[in-house]
Amino acid sequence: MSRSTPLREVHEGLGATLTDFAGWQMPLRYGSESAEHNAVRTAAGLFDLSHMGEIHVTGPQAGEALDYALVGHLSVLEPGRARYTMIVAENGGVLDDLIVYRLAPEDFMVVANASNYAKVAQELTERAKSYDAQVEDRSDAYALVAIQGPNSTAILGKLTDADLVGLKYYAGLPGTVAGFEVMIARTGYTGEDGFELFARPEDAAGLWNALTEAGAELGLRPCGLSSRDTLRLEAGMPLYGNELSAEMTPFDAGLGRVVKFDKPGDFVGKAALSGHPAPERRLVGLVARGRRVPRHGYPVTREGEVVGVVTSGAPSQTLGKPIAMAYVSADALEKGNLAVDIRGSQEPVDVVDLPFYRRSK
Amino acid sequence: MSSIPEELSYTKEHEWVAGVDDGLTVTVGVTAFAAEQLGDVVFVQVPEVGSTVEAGDAVGEVESTKSVSDIYAPVGGEIVETNPAVVDDPSLVNSDPYGEGWLFRVRMEGEPEDLLSAAEYTTLTSGES
Repeated sequence: MSRSTPLREVHEGLGATLTDFAGWQMPLRYGSESAEHNAVRTAAGLFDLSHMGEIHVTGPQAGEALDYALVGHLSVLEPGRARYTMIVAENGGVLDDLIVYRLAPEDFMVVANASNYAKVAQELTERAKSYDAQVEDRSDAYALVAIQGPNSTAILGKLTDADLVGLKYYAGLPGTVAGFEVMIARTGYTGEDGFELFARPEDAAGLWNALTEAGAELGLRPCGLSSRDTLRLEAGMPLYGNELSAEMTPFDAGLGRVVKFDKPGDFVGKAALSGHPAPERRLVGLVARGRRVPRHGYPVTREGEVVGVVTSGAPSQTLGKPIAMAYVSADALEKGNLAVDIRGSQEPVDVVDLPFYRRSK
Repeated sequence: MSSIPEELSYTKEHEWVAGVDDGLTVTVGVTAFAAEQLGDVVFVQVPEVGSTVEAGDAVGEVESTKSVSDIYAPVGGEIVETNPAVVDDPSLVNSDPYGEGWLFRVRMEGEPEDLLSAAEYTTLTSGES
């Protein structure tokens, strides 16, 4: 039986196509996913992300506990700021990618993927045992609504007195939006400016409707997971289960920068990740020359030989061509002349730097 | 709910077939139900004109943002025409699946088998939606 977010009825009222995602009934799209994608790039989009998990780590040693439990250096995070980080297993394999907010000196909120947060909460509880810190999975206490796109600030600004202009990227502050108490974070997963609003579940529908109304004249559209996926792919952002998994380390994924070896003390995965060999495969961007779309799991080939695998692929609205992320052997990347085996035919692709799309500031 | 025209025949693979009763050349497309399930169609590959196909052969594909589906020949025969407009503008599959979004025409050889009536197709899709 899959779970529903507090916005289920709102989605149904909007005629959303629902899909099962990590055990949740989530909106896949409301109408045309291309129109939703373009709305985020040119105006604004509204997303229900209430399936994400929120785990609070509190207490005098909450920061130290997270330094041990995660690969990042969280104890030095300023209150009101956030970090992208990861939790890995002893062998260095990625268990999840996370955003950690320091809400107060002794209160951290760890935001985990829907598919992983139960496991993350369990691991954090285990790893925090010898610290003066408490771990509590409060996922059910939050609805999460994101507004993303160049018009986000203008729309949200109509509904709050909070200092949105002063709110930096990867920062959050408590505020009131349309009369509802929320935590406003300047984060996102689309490659655009935008905000994520952590609200009480009972306020979610009111908040959603207020944003919809405020955004009507500024091109705001409700957006489903389909456009969320193509937006994050264009922005070169990894998705757990595609680019990230327990079978690879942060270094394999080209995200070794999140591992902070210079922080004091030990951390889970440190021994395995220290002196890691240079990965044999690299995560790269591919742009197809033809119109057929490389998709998750398709082999990357060179002269008929398999040299990698596609982790995510989709037609790109912004580029007007199919794009993909793929793990490809360093050797083959040097030689070039790559293709993707699309259901038996070798379709030529060009390797490009990630991200595919970067917004103009 | 998407419409299911009475006068057409259907396949379990969510294609529609027009002109079966004339017994000569049939027109094939994907149903509105399939188009809705696919989402925005971005690429259509149609079979080559002049090729001979058997009923059930995979002869093309329809690709959307999220997925790709094979197109099967609903009847056997020769491909006599394809729709260049839908190759140029695959969104016609979404905007007009039973009209401008048609895919190809087959000159039938022999009798078609296993096609569904509109009523049977309605029953099929009501179980899937």
